[in-house]
Amino acid sequence: MLIAAIVVLGVGTYSMRLGGVLLRGRLELSDRLQRLLPMAAAALLAALAGTAALMAGTEFAGAARPAGVLVGGILAWRKAPFVVVVLAAAGTAALLRLAGLP
Amino acid sequence: MRTVQRTEADRALLRDAATIAAAMIAVGASFGAIAIAYGLPVWVPFLMSTVVFAGGSQFLAVGLLAAGNPLAAVVAGLLLNARHLPFGLAVSEAVGPRLRHRLIGSHVLTDEVAAFTLAEPDPARRHRVYWIIGLTLFTSWNIGTALGVLLGGATGDPDALGLDAAFPAALLALIMPSLKDRATRTVALTGAAIAVLLTPVLPAGLPVMCALLGLLTLVRPRRRAEVPSAARSAPGEGVPPC
Repeated sequence: MLIAAIVVLGVGTYSMRLGGVLLRGRLELSDRLQRLLPMAAAALLAALAGTAALMAGTEFAGAARPAGVLVGGILAWRKAPFVVVVLAAAGTAALLRLAGLP
Repeated sequence: MRTVQRTEADRALLRDAATIAAAMIAVGASFGAIAIAYGLPVWVPFLMSTVVFAGGSQFLAVGLLAAGNPLAAVVAGLLLNARHLPFGLAVSEAVGPRLRHRLIGSHVLTDEVAAFTLAEPDPARRHRVYWIIGLTLFTSWNIGTALGVLLGGATGDPDALGLDAAFPAALLALIMPSLKDRATRTVALTGAAIAVLLTPVLPAGLPVMCALLGLLTLVRPRRRAEVPSAARSAPGEGVPPC
């Protein structure tokens, strides 16, 4: 049962990935619709970043994580290198937790 | 054929890939350790990290499997992973022209791979970015899982290292350039706000899919676009009404 559940989850996830990749070749998308695809992806990625930054499960995350993401976001906006953004976000959250913030 | 050209861009890409790979190893280790701590058989985390390869759904599913609820694990995991379909549509051309590329390449598609690929401004380089990031992350996630299984709780808490802040910040950094376009910015910020607001009330996975509703901000009254011309509507200000 365990193995079946994992295989079904894996095959289902793969099908959605492959489905999107193959479907694009079948669809005759107008230029206008093609322009929507990266926008749709940007909306999904922004939503992932937003929910992961602010929420833990169905509740608000503490203060440390949003503060870390905020610092990273400001650095990204100021065009800091990717490595700096990631390390600063993690470092800020880690230090705030060390200081006792949730 | 195989002249290895380490261009400047490639070096920068590998450095960024290494950054995210290091974080993936640490989070993968916590996944492996948690699976074992739940009392699941040793092969479970390995099978999940190779066959499912989607971090969020793996954490979710492993808890439900340990609770003896495999059906819920499958349903919740698939709901969480539904976003891979629109990601697949968006990165399709970068995966490669051949069916072989697509059959193998699709498996390594994750949020981070989509973000890195779409952040590459040169469409000719996207194929390379997709595969380098995809294979790097697949490898590091599985190495992390193995370390977690071997070391157990000794891998420590990834939250203590602030890694829970690292991933959203990484995604932000990757989408930041695309947000310079006003229409994209409006769509993305509206979508993110919808997702955050719906998170307390909808099951995991659905709020992020609802972010696609942000595309509705592109629908404008017809009046403004009524410039008579044979050419397609002028580029720039958003997308003309559908």
